[in-house]
Amino acid sequence: MSLPVAPKPSPRRFHQAQWDEPIVFELHRSGERGIAVPPVEPGVREAVGDVVAALPAALRRPAPPQLPEIGQMRVLKHYLRLSQETLGSDVNVDIGQGTCTIKYSPKVNDQLIEVPQLRELHPHQSEASVQGALEITWRLEQLMAEISGMHAVTFQSPGGSAGIWTNIAMIRAYHASRGEGEQRDEVITTIFSHPSNAAAAKEAGYKVITIYPDADGYPDLAAMKAALSDRTAAIMVTNPEDTGIYNPAIKEWVDAAHAVGALASYDQANASGILGITRARDAGFDVCQFNLHKTFSAPHGCGGPAAAANAVSEALAPFLPGPRIVRAGDGYTVHGPGPSSIGHVAPGFGVVLHVVRAYAWIMALGAEGLRTASEIAVLNNNYLLHEVTRIPGASAPYATGRRRIEQVRYSWQELFEETGITSEEIGVRMSDFGFHYWTSHHPYVVPQPFTLEPTECYSKAEIDEYVAALAEVARECREEPDVVRTAPHNQTVHHTHHDDLDDPARWAITWRAYRRKYFGETPVDDVAA
Amino acid sequence: MSHAFTHPYIPNTAPATKAEMLAAVGASSVDEFYADVPDELRLHRALDLPAPLPAEQDLARHVRGILAGNRPTDEVLSFLGAGTYNHYVPAVVDEVIRRSEFLTAYAGEPYEDHGRFHALFEYQSLMGELLAMDVVNVPTYDGFQAAATGIAMAGRMTGRARVLQVSDVLPEKQSKVRDFVRARMSVEVVPGQRGLADLDALTAALGDDVAAVWVETPSATGALETRLREIADAAHAVGAVVVVGTDPIGYGVLAPPALAGADIVTGDIQSLGLHQWFGGAHAGFIAVHDDPRFIMELPSRLFGLATTDVPGEYGFGDVAYERTSFALREKGKEWVGTASALWGIAAGVYLALMGPVGMAELGELLLARTRYAQKTLADVPGVSLGDDAVHLREFTITFADLTAAWVVETLRADGIEPGVVVGTRTLLVCVTEMTSKSDIDRLAASLTRLTSPASAAALKEQHA
Repeated sequence: MSLPVAPKPSPRRFHQAQWDEPIVFELHRSGERGIAVPPVEPGVREAVGDVVAALPAALRRPAPPQLPEIGQMRVLKHYLRLSQETLGSDVNVDIGQGTCTIKYSPKVNDQLIEVPQLRELHPHQSEASVQGALEITWRLEQLMAEISGMHAVTFQSPGGSAGIWTNIAMIRAYHASRGEGEQRDEVITTIFSHPSNAAAAKEAGYKVITIYPDADGYPDLAAMKAALSDRTAAIMVTNPEDTGIYNPAIKEWVDAAHAVGALASYDQANASGILGITRARDAGFDVCQFNLHKTFSAPHGCGGPAAAANAVSEALAPFLPGPRIVRAGDGYTVHGPGPSSIGHVAPGFGVVLHVVRAYAWIMALGAEGLRTASEIAVLNNNYLLHEVTRIPGASAPYATGRRRIEQVRYSWQELFEETGITSEEIGVRMSDFGFHYWTSHHPYVVPQPFTLEPTECYSKAEIDEYVAALAEVARECREEPDVVRTAPHNQTVHHTHHDDLDDPARWAITWRAYRRKYFGETPVDDVAA
Repeated sequence: MSHAFTHPYIPNTAPATKAEMLAAVGASSVDEFYADVPDELRLHRALDLPAPLPAEQDLARHVRGILAGNRPTDEVLSFLGAGTYNHYVPAVVDEVIRRSEFLTAYAGEPYEDHGRFHALFEYQSLMGELLAMDVVNVPTYDGFQAAATGIAMAGRMTGRARVLQVSDVLPEKQSKVRDFVRARMSVEVVPGQRGLADLDALTAALGDDVAAVWVETPSATGALETRLREIADAAHAVGAVVVVGTDPIGYGVLAPPALAGADIVTGDIQSLGLHQWFGGAHAGFIAVHDDPRFIMELPSRLFGLATTDVPGEYGFGDVAYERTSFALREKGKEWVGTASALWGIAAGVYLALMGPVGMAELGELLLARTRYAQKTLADVPGVSLGDDAVHLREFTITFADLTAAWVVETLRADGIEPGVVVGTRTLLVCVTEMTSKSDIDRLAASLTRLTSPASAAALKEQHA
């Protein structure tokens, strides 16, 4: 063939890197090493003698840990190959992991944190030597207070669900301080709120009541009111919910909770569609949390580090965890948790890397930029909704004819009834085109669900590319179902057998357990001990 | 908006694209999408935020200007520990965790995110070797949460409410654990002796209502518990679970707690390849034996090995997913969410580089420098050691005539952070492989200067 090059097909051809790497233990070559450790200095050796030999027998390890011995370059190569076998948002159109708000994490923010002035800072240094870290954290608190309408903010919670925990821990302390801790033993949430609201409330000692949507998919106000009583400690809701539906009666929900003496906790992990549009405090909420790694662009790091901003009303401020950063004159000082505080929820001052990244992201956008980010996230979502529901077999249950905010939980029920192919199988096939695809939180209230969230960061062309792949897979389901059923074909690994993962006799959670169970090897520590 | 706002992070602000998309969905403006947001809840004004800095160079100058107000520990001589440690981070570790693919991945499936599953399975496995345990979780938030969850697991397993804490624990960690388990359990402190657990006091406190005996080793003062086996035997005799909080940095030479009967071993991996980050880069591990009674109480994800259609190919997946809050909401174990996975990858790379020899050499170096620092500082007149236990990395010193706060303030003026004040006259001092003999000698010389009666009086006057 000669020039010109033929036009590219749609969807694009893709193949994930496929290095077929061994497990790191199989790279072991006796005597190799990946890094040198400084020797014990002569003066030290003479002064203290052989410290290992001098250890009490109970403290001395009888046999060395069976870590692999590998040269440095091979370790690097191994992990870089594994990185290539991972689909980060920097390399794919990451709109398939709905509710997760996979935004662009600006590279400049990663550069900004990589300075000794942040990386080599210790939380117990003198206040005078950490003024910059305190200032940037305090400044972000002020920005978050304005964005939420709340009175005070902390970044102590090291994750979104950790932030939900901090919310309910503060609520619990609030009721206890009023002598109602025993009486108020119930928390109300909705089925389309993130499961951590239910789970954290349960862990805090509450009975959890879950409200299902009404026929149109809106949170059921009447059902919620019927569940409220003087036993209610709080409502804990996500809004917009996982369906992308904004609860238009949200103020009635909050007012009804307040009327029985309960508090209202707002899971704003994903506030991507409503920045500068509407605020938690204006709807009457007492506490809320944002995820800095979702709404505010910090990268997700394969599942953390993560960080939440907990924002509270004036009445709840005394219950915030410590330490608190306080502006004092031209500088900043640190106060420990106050007498009503729930205490410490994590080490240090929270995940400062994400605090700086979120601060930089907001400062790059400003008020108009934040609002525009939300408006475009919502435009992208409604465009995607329009395009996806044109694919035969796909639908968007609930709120028919209504607009959605930042995401939609779709359904392949029609396609499933026609072809017998499930949403999970479609998801596996989507990976062959270089895309993530997520079904739903459990339980599957929407049948054969999939949840997409395009955020503001992907171009129309990229959204179109994702939709084209979805349409192609739907076509395959009808015309070449075996291609879907036997997927993946273009991935790092092939169809994986998951039966062993649920059987205690067969699961292998570490290499040593695998070697023990399947090769009869007894770890050397067991022998030595 | 009267003018066209465009931004590099938001491609569809391009006016033509935006118009095309609005037309496609039949909307006249983005406002239509917010029809469900009641007018009374709408913010009818712009957010009151500082003027933006959309140009990267302006943003960088602004942020760097604020951060310039920090003086990092590598510009001073730091003996600070107390939960955040200044260990060396190999260049390869930073290289791997800065990779875009890892940094920006999230929650994909075991196919398109195979590398994430593979790397985290290896982290679990490498930690398993270091800890001599067959099961390690995908990291939770930090060592505080790991201990809190370990204790809560013991509560669920035994149906009991009492927790006996037999070691010194960081006050912040104790605060977290107490509030976390408050709904179902209460923590009682069994005071120790000479830095370690008091077996007699423990035995007296034990009963068949005890869910967990909580041991910290190294303790909050760096003391290594020598009688863990006896503690475990006593706890097991009444059906209690032994929960250990630890830092794994010394297990190249030190016996891991599982070898002395620990059931649930928890801790923080910041020491394994993470910078100090102002105390903001922690991750917690929870390790148990390969026993479903324990495993089914873990809230975290566990990645396990699986076969694929191709012989010789390693696949991965979630082990026993049906115990998690993702699967069961409030009927799951605690909750699972985004925590600290990237730091798990970092710790895995760290252990793969260090190997058994590196970890043994580092363990010996830390023990040697700790012992050297103890001896050298104890030789300073008016300075004594808190106890005679074997310490790893940290230990306390007590001043006969000076307050610890004054010592800290005074030495800071000389560019030394001598430690963390843990009592009126007591300082918690930390040394790592980053702290050389000459650094320790310098601290000793400075303290000698302060504690000699004449100098102390003069200095006090000068700082009055």
